[in-house]
Amino acid sequence: MGLNDPVHPEPDLVQLLTPEGERVDHPDYAFAVPDGTDEAEVIRGFYRDMLLTRRIDTESTALQRHGELGLWAQLLGQEAAQIGSGRAFAPQDFVFPTYREHGVAWCRGLDPLQVLTLWRGSEHGGWDPAEYNFANYTVVIGAQTLHATGYAMGVQRDGLVGTGDPERDTAVGVYFGDGASSQGDVSEAMVFAASYNAPVVFLCQNNQWAISAGSERQSRIPLYQRASGFGFPGVRVDGNDVLAVNAVTRAALQRARDGEGPMLIEAFTYRMGAHTTTDDPTRYRTSDDVEHWKLKDPIARVRVYLSRNGLAAPEWFADVDEEADELGHRLREGCKALPDPDPVGMFDHVYAEQTPELARQRADFVAYRDSFAEVVA
Amino acid sequence: MTRMTLAKALNAGLRAAMEKDDKVLLMGEDVGRLGGVFRITDGLQKDFGEDRVLDSPLAESGIIGTAVGMAMRGYRPVCEIQFDGFVYPAYDQIVSQVAKMHFRTRGMVTMPLVIRIPYGGGIGAVEHHSESPEAQFAHTPGLKVVTCSNPVDGYFMIQQAIASDDPVIFLEPKRQYHADKVEVNEGAEMSDIAPLFTSTVARPGSDLTLLAYGPMVKTCLKVAEAAALEGRSIEVIDLRSLSPLDLGPAEESIRRTGRAVVAHEAHRNLGMGAEIAARLAESCFYSLEAPVLRVGSYDTPYPPSRIEEDYLPDLDRILDAVDRTFEF
Repeated sequence: MGLNDPVHPEPDLVQLLTPEGERVDHPDYAFAVPDGTDEAEVIRGFYRDMLLTRRIDTESTALQRHGELGLWAQLLGQEAAQIGSGRAFAPQDFVFPTYREHGVAWCRGLDPLQVLTLWRGSEHGGWDPAEYNFANYTVVIGAQTLHATGYAMGVQRDGLVGTGDPERDTAVGVYFGDGASSQGDVSEAMVFAASYNAPVVFLCQNNQWAISAGSERQSRIPLYQRASGFGFPGVRVDGNDVLAVNAVTRAALQRARDGEGPMLIEAFTYRMGAHTTTDDPTRYRTSDDVEHWKLKDPIARVRVYLSRNGLAAPEWFADVDEEADELGHRLREGCKALPDPDPVGMFDHVYAEQTPELARQRADFVAYRDSFAEVVA
Repeated sequence: MTRMTLAKALNAGLRAAMEKDDKVLLMGEDVGRLGGVFRITDGLQKDFGEDRVLDSPLAESGIIGTAVGMAMRGYRPVCEIQFDGFVYPAYDQIVSQVAKMHFRTRGMVTMPLVIRIPYGGGIGAVEHHSESPEAQFAHTPGLKVVTCSNPVDGYFMIQQAIASDDPVIFLEPKRQYHADKVEVNEGAEMSDIAPLFTSTVARPGSDLTLLAYGPMVKTCLKVAEAAALEGRSIEVIDLRSLSPLDLGPAEESIRRTGRAVVAHEAHRNLGMGAEIAARLAESCFYSLEAPVLRVGSYDTPYPPSRIEEDYLPDLDRILDAVDRTFEF
């Protein structure tokens, strides 16, 4: 095998909904909805989430092109991996994202406009993690896997694992990509998680590309198989199958809540867009490859499934499209209306307890700025 | 009152902090059953259990990165990095994550972490075991950096650092761990103790102000003794806090003495001394009779320990700088 040959063919995928929209069985995982909920309604919800998330992505890409955002990390193609997993968390679970988890953020109830503040440069993404049980985006690759593991160790110390009470038992989920799997922090996180049996689920979205480097440059074995080297289970799921991702993530989170420790999920998917809006993927990949993955579109297969089985009427799809248009409009207008922060604020949150030196610098800055105001007056 | 070494004082301080707040956790390599390679955490796992004193995997980034998550969950982790030269694998987590979390979340997430690092040379150790990385952390907004020079400060400063809601790099001068035993009044009121982020006068004097911190304070006190024999009265300032840097007592001193020398073990180039000299030149320009001189180690990597005496500032080199300031 040559160094550039793919080492990631697609065996071992957990799949419950084929690209053609057919439900299939898997010996270990089945799609199940919570008691008292209607399956078709849940799947329609997934479709809606994915469609709206895709609209967040396309609108944000357009906003970047119009100079309204400094950068945007696209998720096109990864909607099922994010919505399927994102809808598996219980309210008390805590989630650590990378910088691409806009769909997961959506599932946690964040307003997409709040997410845009980071990319617009008006904030560093300053939502309150405790409000959404969703940490801030992390740009340094893989760093958040350690934060999640430490947080899970805290959950463990709080006695919120294995109590048998579904309202209390808590798991932590952490997202990272195939590129991040090469980072030392990710390995260290898995060592700590295994060593302390921490209730953390590692959610690797293998979208095949770390900017221009293919996943064969990150690993010579399928990524999910790494888990066994750390001492916990790993599973590869069709990342474009929202039902399978949901089923596998639910199982892994429940396992963690029950006190059975960490697990690695590799959602095998494809980044249809660029790494970010500064990237040009035509320089490193073929259109054949992209066309091949288009046939596996995560949203199209759910639409086919719902239509063919009479679970959603054409009018319902039209309503969701209309909702997406409204969301797009709200994002376009809302983004441009996002206020710039008050520059004085940059001095205020460096420390919990302000230092005399920064207090002086703050006062100097205010005086300097005010000196211009006087001239104008 | 108990007579104790710096090592014992830090151990007693950690114990007091753990007794006071059950959210305080100790994490690091060998801190549990062994009690740390310098025995600073001796006996604490036995008394507080493995859930509060964690023998961690051998992974520095892992120690700090998981502590970030613990802090987000409401704990107050105290991480031990075994030696100064081993902190660099954790440097990314410290500088990119610990230091910035409060800022990027507009204050919604606090990082009440303490990162203890035995630092500095003079103990005949092998490579990577004798470094002085303080400027690398003091240069990073979001971190606070302190260092103790004696058992009394060791006992109280570690408790104050743990109580701080900001991340504190706590530098322990390893060559002082077992150097002296002094009386520590463990029952003292915190209100009678100097606040954490301040400097103190270690010895009063009237002819020159000598600024030092950590391992160099003891050396500088000896310099003052030696100078006294020559009829020169030297005031020694123990800086204690490198970030924020409290130069108030030093400035007050220099307005009386007119002369200042800064001594530290770290390299001189872009070190703490450079910042201190620049600030004192700004604030005390009309009081100074001579430029503020710096004595540091040479701008080489830490040399083999057989020649570390030639590398580290010692009594003679500092006295030489003192003499030079009187030649202006």
